Amino acid sequence: MPALNTSSLPDIIFMLLFFFMSVTSMKEVTYKVIIQNPSATELTKLEKKSLVRYIYVGMPTKEFQKKYGAETRIQLDDAFAEKKEIRDYVIKEMSAMGEEANLLTMCIKADKETKMGVIADIKQELRYAQALKISYAATQRTSY
Amino acid sequence: MADISFLLLIFFLVTTSMDVNQGLARRLPPPPEDEQKVEDEENKVKKRNLLIVKINSANQLMVQGQLLDIHQLRDKVKEFVLNENDDPHLPEVFTDVDFGAPIGYAKHTKQHVISVQNDVDTEYQAYLDVQNELVAAYNELRNECAQGYFHKAYNELSEDQQKQVMKVYPQKISEAEPKNYGGN
Repeated sequence: MPALNTSSLPDIIFMLLFFFMSVTSMKEVTYKVIIQNPSATELTKLEKKSLVRYIYVGMPTKEFQKKYGAETRIQLDDAFAEKKEIRDYVIKEMSAMGEEANLLTMCIKADKETKMGVIADIKQELRYAQALKISYAATQRTSY
Repeated sequence: MADISFLLLIFFLVTTSMDVNQGLARRLPPPPEDEQKVEDEENKVKKRNLLIVKINSANQLMVQGQLLDIHQLRDKVKEFVLNENDDPHLPEVFTDVDFGAPIGYAKHTKQHVISVQNDVDTEYQAYLDVQNELVAAYNELRNECAQGYFHKAYNELSEDQQKQVMKVYPQKISEAEPKNYGGN
């Protein structure tokens, strides 16, 4: 029995490599809060990443719980933030975007067990900052 | 050569997270100019045109004063928005607007409003479930309309046709300020 010809192996591996390279998306921030996405069925994809900003809501991770407790906290970019900081953050991001400011989509990534009081406060802040396009991040589910 | 590419392959295999960013897209109402004005607006809507969906702190649903299971919400909303039999308890039916060919003067309930009210302690997942069902109801209605007039799914219509269908079934979901209804 002749030995298996492996001369095309690098090509195949390279092909796989390129596939994974192209589908990889690096995490945008380090999470300081624990988020378990809620699920829903009527989802739309977020297009144009440059026009999306995220608000993370959830319980602080283990290492931060000592300092901040287990209360639900808000994270903007890489740091914890207070509710009233959201408005400044959104306005800052909008002015940095220039002409496309009205296309800004705020994506709320919140843990599924978050109380609505916090979410309602965030929504209220976004309204006052005139960031009216929002998206509730969720994972796809087929049915109940 | 194969070794190096193997190494890289394994690295990307491990770091890959396939999840795409998906979400339930919604639009917030512009900020209120005057608190008093907002209340007046709410009162202006006739009772029959209003579908009130309340979610309490135990994530239970109340629609028009009755306890309802989340699975039944979609049909309830569709029935409300359509009002096929001109029920006097469901929203007023209009036929006076031309939506353009081939829809023409279709029956629609332009003044209906779905009002979602939730408690401060309502869970995010429960709230999202309700929002999801409301959007799903509208999506189904639009799809049915698209199938009926254009014989295509809503997603396959051209942009202008989608706008026509959207005019027949505009999403009218209003959200009240969160209040504490008690029940702790």
